[in-house]
Amino acid sequence: MIRPFGSDEILFLFEAARWTSVLSLAALALGGLFGLAVALARVSVSNVLRTAASGYITVVQGIPVLILLFLAYYGLSTMGFDLPPLIAASLSLGIYASGYLGDIWRGAIESVALQQWEASASLALTRGQQYRYVIIPQSVRIALPPTVGFLVQLIKNTSIVSIVGVVELTRAGQLVNNATFEPFPVFLSVAAIYFIICYPLSLIARRLEAQFNAYRAG
Amino acid sequence: MPIVLVEDLRKSFGSLEVLKGISLSVERGQVVALLGRSGSGKSTLLRCLNGLETISSGRIEIGGHVMSYAPAALRALRKDVGIVFQSFNLFPHLSAAENVMLAPRVVKKTPKREARELAMEMLGKVGLIDKADVYPDQLSGGQQQRVAIARSLAMQPRVMLFDEVTSALDPELTGEVLNVMERLAAEGMTMLLVTHEMEFARRVATTTVFMYKGLVHETGSSKELFGRPSTSEFRQFLGVTSD
Repeated sequence: MIRPFGSDEILFLFEAARWTSVLSLAALALGGLFGLAVALARVSVSNVLRTAASGYITVVQGIPVLILLFLAYYGLSTMGFDLPPLIAASLSLGIYASGYLGDIWRGAIESVALQQWEASASLALTRGQQYRYVIIPQSVRIALPPTVGFLVQLIKNTSIVSIVGVVELTRAGQLVNNATFEPFPVFLSVAAIYFIICYPLSLIARRLEAQFNAYRAG
Repeated sequence: MPIVLVEDLRKSFGSLEVLKGISLSVERGQVVALLGRSGSGKSTLLRCLNGLETISSGRIEIGGHVMSYAPAALRALRKDVGIVFQSFNLFPHLSAAENVMLAPRVVKKTPKREARELAMEMLGKVGLIDKADVYPDQLSGGQQQRVAIARSLAMQPRVMLFDEVTSALDPELTGEVLNVMERLAAEGMTMLLVTHEMEFARRVATTTVFMYKGLVHETGSSKELFGRPSTSEFRQFLGVTSD
């Protein structure tokens, strides 16, 4: 039986969009955590850590996020780890994000002038203190625009987890379309909701960038 | 007892030996000008003195510390040995006062209010109290360099190193930085400076060290050295630079 595309269906899409947000946040949290570790390892004084981090970035960036998802969902289940779809999806998106965020943040850390390291070392700061008070605050300003840009990508890429049965925005769109067979209104609505989520992020990024740039106003 | 003691210091970058056996002794309160052509090794020597460059052989004692590259030992040494750079190297994300406060707060765990008072005192010394809340990019080069000096002084070092601190400044701005340094010298601070300001070296430095090809070529009281340079290389150097 074919239903019309009405307010109930729109509501259903918005509810599903919550899972898109949850997935994005989980992937961001995981990816941010791993990514920071990867970035710091990538610029560490230890050769072993640097090589390992560089290898990790290369491998993760070289694998489609869909394959990461299949590995986490189907692959791990054959090894006895039966992860719920949402967890497998968060894990794979998190790993995917860490590969990119780690690289973006490495670049941002490396873009801080060597003299900043020398000046802070000469004031007897420990390496940790140098990162915390001198290097990271300067890197953040540089890293912010590409990070938010990647976050927007990440949000849109959560659509692939519809394949393992998580009813997020894209999957919900498919379900509604199957019931109403009105692909244009349905998927335009889906697109609009993605836009509603992503657009404010771009705005926030622009504002933050302006704020961090304030000290250069002179 | 000397506050800086350098014995047979050698430093190579790859196969290039830049310092070929430097020995140097500085007493408390002395102001030592390190002079020489570019490539003579004077900046490298200065950077070795606070461990920014590791030495290939020899021995350094400074501010009561024997040079060691173990991180904790190096930090202990650097608490007592300040350095000011040619390119200022202020932290651009922090205001002038925050630049000065950072190390006392983070390294010495000075409470915020006390650190702020200390910062204001140090900024007062370099004549920049009114710029406390201004960011480095809004300061002139001379002002930035004075903040850098205040930042270094806030750690209450026993020895101060100055690495061509006026070389990046317009001529009209060098004076304000040199004045601060002269006052510091008058207060009894032990200072080693690499400089191209001959007049300043002659007038303010108690001792002048002329370096040539990685060695101390000629050294003595500034008065004697500038009055009667004994080597032809130093005579030539003075002749060339006073043109």
